[in-house]
Amino acid sequence: MNLKRKAYELRKDVVEIIYRTKNGHIGGDFSVMEILVDLYYKQMNVTPENFSSDDRDRFILSKGHAIEALYSVLADRGFFPKEDLKTFVAFGSKYIGHPTNKVNGIEMNTGSLGHGLGVGVGMALAGKLDEKNYRVYVVMGDGEVAEGSVWEAAMASAHYKLDNLTAFVDRNHLQISGTTEQVMNQKSQEARWAAFGWNVISIPGNDLDAVDNAVELAKKVKGKPTVIIAHTIKGCGISFAENQVGWHHRVPNDEEYQAALKELDERGARYE
Amino acid sequence: MNKIPNRTVINDVLIDEAAKDKNIIVLCSDSRGSASLEPFSKTHPKQFVEVGIAEQNLVSIAAGLAACGKKSFVFSPASFLSTRAVEQIKVDVAYSHTNVKLIGISGGVSYGELGLTHQSPNDIANMASTPGLRVYLPCDRFQTEKLIRALLKDNEPAYVRVGRNAVADVYAEGNVPFELNKANLIQDGSDVTIIACGEMVQSAKAAGKLLKEKNISTRVLDMYCVKPIDREAVIKAAKETKLILTVEEHVKIGGLGSIVAQVAAENAPVKVVSLGLPDEAPISGTPEQIFKFYGMDAEGLVKKISELL
Repeated sequence: MNLKRKAYELRKDVVEIIYRTKNGHIGGDFSVMEILVDLYYKQMNVTPENFSSDDRDRFILSKGHAIEALYSVLADRGFFPKEDLKTFVAFGSKYIGHPTNKVNGIEMNTGSLGHGLGVGVGMALAGKLDEKNYRVYVVMGDGEVAEGSVWEAAMASAHYKLDNLTAFVDRNHLQISGTTEQVMNQKSQEARWAAFGWNVISIPGNDLDAVDNAVELAKKVKGKPTVIIAHTIKGCGISFAENQVGWHHRVPNDEEYQAALKELDERGARYE
Repeated sequence: MNKIPNRTVINDVLIDEAAKDKNIIVLCSDSRGSASLEPFSKTHPKQFVEVGIAEQNLVSIAAGLAACGKKSFVFSPASFLSTRAVEQIKVDVAYSHTNVKLIGISGGVSYGELGLTHQSPNDIANMASTPGLRVYLPCDRFQTEKLIRALLKDNEPAYVRVGRNAVADVYAEGNVPFELNKANLIQDGSDVTIIACGEMVQSAKAAGKLLKEKNISTRVLDMYCVKPIDREAVIKAAKETKLILTVEEHVKIGGLGSIVAQVAAENAPVKVVSLGLPDEAPISGTPEQIFKFYGMDAEGLVKKISELL
């Protein structure tokens, strides 16, 4: 399947999960979807078969609340049956509301923000020490980068010249209480990361080709880590949720659920 | 008197083992001097990671390395490691189940004159209450070596607290009984039991001798394994002696005394009295002065037990 269409099909899976379980973070799931699709379907050397291999690429969803997007991708890639997701956030289910490495395909437990990049630094350092060729990918939210620990890790990444580390900032400009600029100004991400010694690539983050080009470019950079500032649309894919702060973790009602699936079908159909 | 601090012993063990196992990685936060890590960093530079003054990142990086098969040993002053990096320890280490051994150096009131910022009177509480994290406070250089060698054999996370200064030997070289997660019986007795951990074992051992001279039959238990505590030894003491006195270089809430009291209360209720640091910044002084002031030295223990019996 065309991967641009795939991103819309997976958004439908996310809507199903959230509608059925009345739980989830639809806005951030949708802003990050093209990043996940490019990494898991095209760029990363990670499959259910090689997940125990030392040579696999590593992925950390530091903005762990976008778990429904990650679960949908992992299920579709065969890490576990899609059927399992019916137990999402159910009593006793391992498919809890943030990433857990009890689920096949997930490397680290996240959820509290500001942890993923530091862990990614450790993974990238291990790759350098063992002279492995794997790459490490970390996805953060733009609200998340208010955490001081992110910048401790940013400092160390450049200090250790971790060119096997690629970070994403899902720059959707919204967080739970409002715009990032209202809550805590995050302008300019590009200048901040550059000042910390990173190679910076700025892209429209819901454009799959742009994501893919940026990931390719990052692989060619030597001696420094790369951050991809992915300017995305929170809720991307359903017009009534796009750029709406209220859709950070709102659950669609019956009418919205139907409208969302219809629009996602229509948008996906553009890419045969 | 022994002149080798426990932190130096850990360094020596790791220098030795890292030569045989390339997966052993030592990390520090600009603390190579205070952690006695200069020799390790020079002997095994490729297995040494400096993260700068950034304890949160120190722990996250260690967890990431461990997730890729490394055996991470993190060294940082206990005061910072057990408070600044609590969430990284909870999430990246214990919850994510990574093989990270956290070594809190200069623990307790080692820096007795430097103020509460540099002291860790609440590290046991913070670390032991973290789901899935073990907590050890070895008492002397011989036990520290045994403990570190034992921990090298497993893949589970753990927190180990040692003090800054060289301390007198509790055990004799070549005669160090050690079983992981089992208390050491230093002296047997039937009237009262003193349960101690870390450097307070020294006080407890000396108090045991003094009490014996006073015809008070005293059992002394070295509970270096604060979590998982040796429940069997606690229950046995609760059943066989009339009183348990705990002593620790830690506040009385959430430390050894709390854990012992809980085990005893649930299984064999007996009077449990705890000695420890106060619920405020401790008085300034050397560790010895501070222990004496709060009645945690041998004389203080003897006095307390004499009052209670």
